[in-house]
Amino acid sequence: MKIRIKFRKYGEMKFIGHLDMMRYFQKAMRRAGIDICYSEGFSPHMIMSFASPLGVGLTSDGEYLDIEVGETFSSKESMERLNQVMAQGVEVVSFRRIPDGKASNAMALLAAADYEIRFREGMEPKTGWEKAFDDFCAQSRIPVIKKTKKGERELDIRPLLYRAERRDNCIYLQLAAGSADNLKPELVMEAFGVYAEMTLPEYALLIHRLELYTDLGTEGARKLVALEELGEVL
Amino acid sequence: MKKLALDDAILLKIEKPARYIGNEINAVCKDKSQIDIRFCMCFPDLYEIGMSHLGIQILYDMFNRRGDVWCERVYSPWVDLDRILREQRIPLFALESQDPVKDFDFLGITLQYEMCYTNVLQILDLSQIPLLAKERGEEDPIVIGGGPCACNPEPLADFFDLFYIGEGETSYDALLDLYKEHRENGGGRTAFLEKAAGIPGIYVPSLYEITYHPDGTIASVEPKSPQVPRKVQRQVVSDLSDTVYPQKPLVPFIKVTQDRVVLEIQRGCIRGCRFCQAGMLYRPTRERDLEMLEHAAHRMLESTGHEEISLSSLSSSDYSRLPELAAYLMEHFRDQGVNISLPSLRIDAFSLDVMSKIQDVRKSSITFAPEAGSQRLRDVINKGLTEEVILEGAGAAFEGGWNKVKLYFMLGLPTETEEDEKHIAWLADKIARRYYEIPKDQRNGKCQITVSTSFFVPKPFTPFQWARMCTREEFLDKAHTVNMEIKDQLNRKSIKYNWHEADVTVLEGVFARGDRRLSRLLLRAYEKGCLFDSWTESFDNKRWMEAFEETETDLLFYTTRSRGKEEIFPWDFVDSGVTKKFLYQEWEKAQKEIITPNCRQTCQGCGAGRYGTGICFSHESAKEG
Repeated sequence: MKIRIKFRKYGEMKFIGHLDMMRYFQKAMRRAGIDICYSEGFSPHMIMSFASPLGVGLTSDGEYLDIEVGETFSSKESMERLNQVMAQGVEVVSFRRIPDGKASNAMALLAAADYEIRFREGMEPKTGWEKAFDDFCAQSRIPVIKKTKKGERELDIRPLLYRAERRDNCIYLQLAAGSADNLKPELVMEAFGVYAEMTLPEYALLIHRLELYTDLGTEGARKLVALEELGEVL
Repeated sequence: MKKLALDDAILLKIEKPARYIGNEINAVCKDKSQIDIRFCMCFPDLYEIGMSHLGIQILYDMFNRRGDVWCERVYSPWVDLDRILREQRIPLFALESQDPVKDFDFLGITLQYEMCYTNVLQILDLSQIPLLAKERGEEDPIVIGGGPCACNPEPLADFFDLFYIGEGETSYDALLDLYKEHRENGGGRTAFLEKAAGIPGIYVPSLYEITYHPDGTIASVEPKSPQVPRKVQRQVVSDLSDTVYPQKPLVPFIKVTQDRVVLEIQRGCIRGCRFCQAGMLYRPTRERDLEMLEHAAHRMLESTGHEEISLSSLSSSDYSRLPELAAYLMEHFRDQGVNISLPSLRIDAFSLDVMSKIQDVRKSSITFAPEAGSQRLRDVINKGLTEEVILEGAGAAFEGGWNKVKLYFMLGLPTETEEDEKHIAWLADKIARRYYEIPKDQRNGKCQITVSTSFFVPKPFTPFQWARMCTREEFLDKAHTVNMEIKDQLNRKSIKYNWHEADVTVLEGVFARGDRRLSRLLLRAYEKGCLFDSWTESFDNKRWMEAFEETETDLLFYTTRSRGKEEIFPWDFVDSGVTKKFLYQEWEKAQKEIITPNCRQTCQGCGAGRYGTGICFSHESAKEG
C-alpha cells in the first residue's frame, strides 16, 4: 500500500540537507514502528521517495514523501506515532493512502511549487523596490543567463513563473517544479536584482516553501492540486 | 525554536552546519533553573568522530540520569568555524543549550589519542577559558580530563584542574556530590580541588611536585600535602551487567563514522599482547550478561531507529556467549532490515558461518591482525596467532567464496630484524598461494590481499613501556624493506601495501610517554597554529619541529631512549592494578621470546586480581570450587 506523508520543516532543521533528511526519515520510520516495505536483495533499503529536495537554509510547510507499507494504522494514529519521534523542527501534517503504481509517485507528478520570500531584518532592498518588482513581473519575457557545462545560454523564465505578487511584507511566487521544468526561487530573485539594478546582500532572503502541486489540467490549462489531495485519509 | 549561538549567515557559510546546532534525536534538554550542576562533555575532534564514541554516550546518559545535573556536549569546531569564532570573538558553546562553555560548572574532555592534544587547547581557547589551570578563577569551569590517555596525563598537566583515571561509571557521582555540597557552603576553587583529590581515581596535577635528575629523568614525585594520595587508584567497574548503559543513544543528522547502535559486550582482553595498552589497562576482562545485552539491543534499536548494530570489544571471539548472542541478534533483527556487524572476530569455522549469514561474501573481506610477520616476533609480542591458524582461516574463507583479505602489522617492534620485516611479504604471498590452490573454475577471480603496517609506539602500562622507539628514518626504511620484498613475491599483483605516516607516529610516541615539561611544547605548537594533528590535511610537522626547537625540548629523550628498570615514569603515580613488576617480567620474557598464556588458560598474577572481578574472580571461584 502506498502512503503519502506531508511534513513541515522549520527552525534549526533548515540546516539539515536533503540526503540527511532522507536518512532522518528512514530512522524515524523505525522509531515510530511504521511497517514500511523494503526492496529485495542482499542489502534491502526502505521504499521511500521524496517529491522534491529542499535546499539547505529553506523552510517549508509543504514537503512530501511517499512510502510503501504493509499494514498501517489510521492516518491519525500514524501521524501521532511519527510526531512523537520527530526532532524539534519537523512536523508530520498529513498521512494518506495514494493509488498504487509508479505513476502516482510524488516526484513524477510534481508540477509546481509555492514560495514565500521575506527579507532578513536589516537587509531589505532600497526603497521603491515594490514598484520595480511589479514592473519586473509585468514583463512578457524574463531572460536569465544560465550557466551549463557547455557554457552560457539565455533562458526565458517567464513561462515558468506562474504567479508572482507582493503580499504584506513578503513576495509570493508560484513556480514550475519537477523533472521537466524547474524554477528555483533564488533564480527569480536574482533576475529581479539584475532588472532593478540592485544587489541584495548574501543570505538576505528568507525563503519558505508553502506547497507542492500536481497539474490535473488538460491541454495547456493548468489545474494545480496540492499533492496531498490525491490521497485518502485512512 | 531556541536561539542558536551562530546566526544564519555563519551557519550557511560553513561546511556541515548540522555539526553545531544540536537538536539531535535523544539529545537531552533540561530547565536550567532546576539544575545545580552544568557539565559540558567534550570530544576534542570533529563532530563526526566525537559522535561515534561510545564512552561519551555512556557518560552523557549517566550524568543526565541525575536530576540535579544537565550534561551537554561540545566538539572541536572545524577550521572554517574556528576562524570565524576567533574573528568575531564568539565564545564556543555547548550544543544543547547553545550557551557558552565558559558558563558551565565543569568542562570534561575525553582524551582518546595523543594527537588530539592541540585540539584540547583550541577548545579552551575558543571557550575563552584560560589555557593554564593556574590562571583560572572562580568564574571558570573546572576542567577535567578522562579516557585512555589520562592514564599518563602528564603532558597535559598544566591545562587541567583534574583528571579522572579509569572507567567513568564509578566515581563521578561522588565528585559531583562533593562539588554541589562544597559550593553550597560557599567554598572556593582551590579548596574544592584539594577535597577532590581525596576521591578515588581523581588526580589533581597541581598538588604534586616533580623533581628531575640532571639527565632529565624523574627523581621524585611528591604530593604537596599529606592529604593528597601518593598513588591514584585507576577506577574499574566491578559489575558490567549491573551498571548504567545508554538506552537512548544520540542519533546525529549527518553521517558520522559510527552510524549505528554499539553494544559493548565486554571490557578488557584476556590475550595479553605486550604492545597493547588497552589489553593491559582494562584488566580484568569482564563480560556483560547475555540478557542485559539482548535487552539493551532492543531498547537502543527502538529508540534510535538505526539500521545497524555492532558489537564492540577488544576481541569479540573471546566473549563466552558469542554464539548465543549472534544467533539472538540474527533471529530478532535480521528480518527487520537491521545489519549486524561483528568486528574483531577470530577467523574460524564459527565466525565464517556467522559472517556468511550477515554479509555479502563477494563484497566483504576477512581480516587478520598478525601484528608481526614472523613467528619469532609474534612470540616476542605475545600475539598468540600462528601462521598455521592464519592459513587455515584464510583457506576456509577462500573455500567459502571470499577473495579479499586484510592483514595488519606493526613495524619497529622491539628486537625486530630485517628478516622479520620480510616475513610480512612472505606471509602475504603464502596466503595468495593458498588462494590459487583452488581450481580456477571454483574460485572467484583474483584474490586481493591488502597489507597495512602501522609504526609501533611504546605505551605506558605495557611491558614495552621500557622499549626504545624507532626514529622516523628507521620507520620509513622498514616500510621500504617490506615494500621491496612484496614486489619480489610471486603473487605481487594480488598484494597491495599501505603504510602509515611516520611523522605523526613519532609525535604520538613523544606524548604517550611524556612528562609535564611537555605542556610548554604543546602550548608553543598550538600558538604556532598546530591543530587537528590527526588529520593529514592539517598536520604540519614543520611547525611541530620548530616548537621543539624553540622550547628546547629533546625529541629523542622521549622516543629512542630505552629506559632502565629503576626509572621512575611520569605515570607511575597511577596504580592501574597491573603491577610494574609484572610488566617488567613480561618485558624480560619478550626479549627471551617466551610467550605468556592468556588469562583464561591460567592466571599470571598481573595484579588486576585485586579488583576481585571478571576473569580473575572466576579463577578464584574455580579454585575454591
